[in-house]
Amino acid sequence: MRYMIMINSDEAALAALPIEKTRQMSAAYSAYTEALKKSGVWLAGERLRPTQATTSVRIADGKTNVIDGPYADTKEQLAGFYMIEAADIDTAIEWAARCPAASTGTVELRPIWEMADYLPKD
Amino acid sequence: MDSRPEIARAAAEAAARQSYGKLVAWLAARTRDVAAAEDALADAFAAALERWPKSGVPDKPEAWLLAVARRRRVDVVRRRLTREAARDHLQLIAEETEARMTDEDLPDERLRLMFACAHPAIEPGVRAPLILQAVLGFDAATIASAFLVPPATMGQRLVRAKTRIRETGIPFRVPEQAELGERLDAVLAAIYATFAEGWLDPAGTETRRRNLATEGIWLGRLVASLLPDEPEALGLLSLMLFAEARRAARRDASGDYVPLADQDHALWDHALVEEAEALLRRAASLGAIGRYQLEAAVQSAHAARRLSGRTDWEAVRELYDALLAVAASPVVAINRAVAIAEVEGAVAGLAALYVLGDDKRLDDYQPYWAARAGLLARLGQVPQATEAYDRAIGLERDPAVRRFLQGKQAALRH
Repeated sequence: MRYMIMINSDEAALAALPIEKTRQMSAAYSAYTEALKKSGVWLAGERLRPTQATTSVRIADGKTNVIDGPYADTKEQLAGFYMIEAADIDTAIEWAARCPAASTGTVELRPIWEMADYLPKD
Repeated sequence: MDSRPEIARAAAEAAARQSYGKLVAWLAARTRDVAAAEDALADAFAAALERWPKSGVPDKPEAWLLAVARRRRVDVVRRRLTREAARDHLQLIAEETEARMTDEDLPDERLRLMFACAHPAIEPGVRAPLILQAVLGFDAATIASAFLVPPATMGQRLVRAKTRIRETGIPFRVPEQAELGERLDAVLAAIYATFAEGWLDPAGTETRRRNLATEGIWLGRLVASLLPDEPEALGLLSLMLFAEARRAARRDASGDYVPLADQDHALWDHALVEEAEALLRRAASLGAIGRYQLEAAVQSAHAARRLSGRTDWEAVRELYDALLAVAASPVVAINRAVAIAEVEGAVAGLAALYVLGDDKRLDDYQPYWAARAGLLARLGQVPQATEAYDRAIGLERDPAVRRFLQGKQAALRH
């Protein structure tokens, strides 16, 4: 099964980290990404720019509204993601637990809704 | 009460549930789709529950169920009403199993099914109901009435949990040794919850609830036989058997409540007590203590009264000390206070109870007030004891226990 690992963390706290801590964190993520790739479970993964770079788009009354900022203000923000291939939720949980963010923020796991599962077969 | 036809009916029903559970587990382990596995076998299971008590259990019960399921499937396909998943499942049966399957070599995947039902990703409150439905084939209404939940609510919870097993990718496997302990705890807790719900109906007047105690023991036997080297699995079975052995002694001839200390031990089921003792000895020999073994050991200390004529309260108290260390809960603390009172006197017992006084959970916890009332009564503190009895009586839902407490309260005035 494919799972999305969604990394939620407190952006403000992250931005306030001293440079040394930031370097440590980056190194931890590099090692984690490397481990995912070496084990053959890695499918994709990226870090996202902070929410101040977010643009929300919505069409109302035929007009395109472009909003400078996120759709909703939350305590923690989506900071990045991985997509992995895992046999089951237990394996996915093992990988999620190794993600550096699991010990500082919250890591969310969602199964990918495969097309074969929602489009009925003939 | 147990007439011969009644016993035959119960045996047939147990056989039907056994075969049904094995087939559901086998199918679901391959597809992770518990609901579809149940759908595929629902008609055949209903037919077995109806026919086997009259005709007897067939030689190959699983093969019988499969054959009926396939025949029904043909009917359903003709009516074009089949659900896709049920069709897939029956195809799976046809292709993979039927050719080679005999009842002897159908692998027993029920333990894996139980681990899926009690997975950490499944909400704790629905784990026991889910096991009862998937492994034993109970319908949502029966489970709902046993757990005192509206049937529609229970139905929704069960459906949601099964969807979650499939969509989240919850595996059907027995966890490896490193994580087995924690995961087994969840399975054992679900089984114990099943038993405990049945135990709440001591007179056995509500058949559905009495059956629940029986099913809890049945599941406990299953897990203990599939994991014979897991001390806590043996400990839980031992604990349930000790309790079950005393069922007949919990009420007197007129249906009144008899506390453990006053029970006539001639009424205990001595064969069950012996079995429980043997299980506990075997569990202890495996060298890893846990809460179920300790609770079983408490039961064993009480059961020893049948041999020695007295209860070894010092031993009971030490066991509750140990339980408090590994599995602290208000229940354990209250029972420990009662044991302390037996060893050191009511003042010491009350002191141990008062330590708990700040715990808000105790405000509506009957055993706390009953224990407190009993100890205050022994000290002759009539007004306080009367008040505590009021609280206990008001919180009790079993009429026999209520009558017992009212009797104790009335005796204060003499």
